[in-house]
Amino acid sequence: MFRTAYLRCSIAILLALGAVLDIAGPAAAAEGWTVAQLMQTLGKQSSGQATFVERKHLAVLDQPVESSGELRFQAPDRLEKITLKPRPESLVLEGNTLTVTRGKKQFSVRLSDYGEVAGFIDSIRATLAGDRATLERTYALHLAGSAERWTLTLLPRDQRMAEMIVRINIAGTRGQLREIEIMQADGDRSVMEIVTMGQTR
Amino acid sequence: MTRRFVPALLLWLAFVGTCIAVAGQTRFTTDLSAFLPEAPSEEQRVLVEQLRDGVVSRLLLVGIEGGDAGQRAQLSRGLARQLRTDAAFGMVANGEPVHRERDQALLFTHRYLLSPAIGAERFTTAGLRQAIGESVDLLASPLGMLTKALLPRDPTGELMQLLERLDGGARPATRDGVWASRDGRRALLLAQTRASGSDLDRQQAAISTLHSAFAEEAAKLPAGANLKLLISGAPAFAVDSRATIESEVTRLALVSTAIIVALLLFIYRSPTALVLGLLPVVSGALAGVAAVSLGFGMVHGVTLGFGTTLIGEAVDYAIYLFVQSGTRDGRDTFWPTIRLGVLTSICGFGALMFSGFPGLAQLGLYSIAGLVVAALTTRFILPHLLPARFAIRDVTPLGMQLRGLLAAAGKLRWLLIALAFAAGGVVYAQRDRLWNHELSALSPVPPAAQALDLALRTDVGAPDVRYMVVVRAADPEAALQAAEAASGRLQPLVESGAIGGFESPSFYLPSRARQLERKAALPDAAELRARLPEATRGLPLPAARLEPFVEDVAAARERAPLTRADLDGTSFAIAVDSLLMRQGERWTALLPLRAPTTGAHPGEIDTAAVRHALEGAPGSDTLFIDMKGESDRLYAGYFREALLLSLAGVLGIVALLGATLRSARRVVRVLLPLAASVLVVVAGLLLAGVALTILHLVGLLLIVAVGSNYALFFDGKGDGSAPPPGTLASMLFANLTTVAGFGVLAFSSVPVLQAIGGTVGPGALLALLFAAALARPSCPAAGAPER
Repeated sequence: MFRTAYLRCSIAILLALGAVLDIAGPAAAAEGWTVAQLMQTLGKQSSGQATFVERKHLAVLDQPVESSGELRFQAPDRLEKITLKPRPESLVLEGNTLTVTRGKKQFSVRLSDYGEVAGFIDSIRATLAGDRATLERTYALHLAGSAERWTLTLLPRDQRMAEMIVRINIAGTRGQLREIEIMQADGDRSVMEIVTMGQTR
Repeated sequence: MTRRFVPALLLWLAFVGTCIAVAGQTRFTTDLSAFLPEAPSEEQRVLVEQLRDGVVSRLLLVGIEGGDAGQRAQLSRGLARQLRTDAAFGMVANGEPVHRERDQALLFTHRYLLSPAIGAERFTTAGLRQAIGESVDLLASPLGMLTKALLPRDPTGELMQLLERLDGGARPATRDGVWASRDGRRALLLAQTRASGSDLDRQQAAISTLHSAFAEEAAKLPAGANLKLLISGAPAFAVDSRATIESEVTRLALVSTAIIVALLLFIYRSPTALVLGLLPVVSGALAGVAAVSLGFGMVHGVTLGFGTTLIGEAVDYAIYLFVQSGTRDGRDTFWPTIRLGVLTSICGFGALMFSGFPGLAQLGLYSIAGLVVAALTTRFILPHLLPARFAIRDVTPLGMQLRGLLAAAGKLRWLLIALAFAAGGVVYAQRDRLWNHELSALSPVPPAAQALDLALRTDVGAPDVRYMVVVRAADPEAALQAAEAASGRLQPLVESGAIGGFESPSFYLPSRARQLERKAALPDAAELRARLPEATRGLPLPAARLEPFVEDVAAARERAPLTRADLDGTSFAIAVDSLLMRQGERWTALLPLRAPTTGAHPGEIDTAAVRHALEGAPGSDTLFIDMKGESDRLYAGYFREALLLSLAGVLGIVALLGATLRSARRVVRVLLPLAASVLVVVAGLLLAGVALTILHLVGLLLIVAVGSNYALFFDGKGDGSAPPPGTLASMLFANLTTVAGFGVLAFSSVPVLQAIGGTVGPGALLALLFAAALARPSCPAAGAPER
């Protein structure tokens, strides 16, 4: 139970990583914006941070729950999701280890302990490094819009993943992510808005 | 045969007969109990009980190597499946979620009896409001993925409370769904035997089952997969040690007997003399076994191993008798010397009898009984059994040659003195690493096996439990209540970061009293329903959606308290059984502590804070134990004791020599070669990279005890005359048998035996050399000035 939850959240972090990556990629021509070009733009990695506001629409609640905080990336492989509201919490993915700290409690899991699902996360990481082939092994990709305003839709190919997540929509402008929407199989969905604060080359 | 001899012979026969009868009834053991001390303090007793019968003593660590990851995982699953159906194993864990569903079902069903958060406050309107608010906040976290489905039934988040508490400690890595080492090259499995640590036969059977199950599963893999099974853990050590000790004792006895028989045949050239010569040895050995059996209730295999050394010493008496009684001076010269030699040996071994280390105490008693009986047999029985025309080969020519050598040895005197001084220098220079202060130095487990154990243990992520709180009570309920009281004192330490966390049997099975308390805190359905609208006001979770919660609480109010039997089929049953156990008439609950992973002192437990927190805990039976510290203290205590006993032994020998020789100079002359041999042996061990343990210390004492015979013979009548040729020859023979007896031990793979053998073997040889070289110069031809 725990493990699946960690994984889904880490997928969100990894996707959010794109937000803190290079925004000043080569100005691609508006016409003919392709997955290949997007990948190339995303692949230019650097360190940086962004703020996020995440809303979860859950069937069990009358209103969405909102959380906000910061996303940070430090080269080469440290990703942090620091939630400040409503309760302080931190998720840190470093190399193979995902550590969750909430209050005085801390949990750690190793990504490699999750077999195919770990491959799922690795594929995202590889993608952010510009590895389209790995991404397409895990998802069917659909890109819509222009370089200035694109939406990438990821549909999980793996049956086990599809039982949890129906679809992931990522909206962005050039190499910068603006919003990640995750549609879950049970009808709940979460939307994370991302505002880049700065980045280093 | 003389008239006086007949009663002596009858007495001897009766004695030997009795000894055989006693020995026949004797229980021989080869387990590790000889290496476990009889613990003086309460904490140490817990330590020893844990080593003997605790969880650790029943846990096997299993590694699977070779093949590919898929094959290892398949084998791990197959092996686990077989072992889980085997009655010999209580718990088998390999990372497969066999218990997960039942565990979670149990936790969820009984959450209101198990959750530490349940109290009168929890179900007030304010308490509910706070708990529900926290659960709603949690939904914003990724952890909310876990709780959202359960929210209508568990809005106060009790399952989270339970899961958080259970989620402690490091878990092994997983590959293909089963545990694996960090590098992924080895699959891992833990198996707990049902048999206790002291039941070696059943432990051995369990290990054989493991081997055959592995072979069976490995056969299902395609040919050439070539997988390898690694087994470690206390049961494996115990079973292996027993096998080693058994085979070693047999082998050592055979080898040293063969060497000594060959030597005696060479000396005596007479089978009759050989048989007669072994008579005192056999009588002595029987007496030793009988004495230990009567004194300790059982005889340890290691004691028998030492028995070979007794052969080496007891056979000397007959040698002196056969060789020297034929010579001019006859008995009169050598009996007093032998008597003194036996007495000094008794002083040496006698000191061991007072040791708290069962192995050493047995050795002391065995040797004393053996030597006394061997000496008495030689003195009062053997001479009468000699045939009328008994003669062994004339050793006078050999003795004459030895005299020549003795003169040469005199020339070597300064060289040997220089050697002794050099040895003294080495010992002094390395005095800081002279002693080995680890209890593990006494462990009969070979270093390679210890290294494998460490590797598997690190992979499993289960470091040895170093700190634990132990509570004792008359019955399980009282023990659980005491564990809860201790938990209450430990919990604030977790919050403050003084400790990382702890385990308690009461987490899985709260005391009946605590469960009833929690039940009493649950409001009835009408009351709860009435409180919910106020408690959920302003939250996105309407009270109307919480009807399942009201039903679950109502059901919990009707449910009987959880008992140990309810835990069957879950992993909590194993946890409770490992942490709550009967010991004698009392029940013991263990609360192992975990070090914090972060904070001011990661990896270390603030022991002062723990002690302070436990101060004044109800019941005087709450102990905080540092297992490593306790075992080090235990060893240090032993060490001090062994040192004192050895000094007492040496003092006894000096006093004995003083009383007999009545001359300080002669005493010094007897002791000097012994001191020199001890120094050289210690220096040799140090140079070989060996740090000295208690057993080496005992070995040094034995060098003094055994070597004093030689020094006494060289001292002779104290008039400076060289020993007659016969005496010289017999001394050489006696020395060779002793060196053979102890020297064989030096090649043993049992560290205890090896330590003593490697010390006494060379020591005895050196003692003879030094005694010869340092003897009062008697040959003017040697050129040394008379003093």
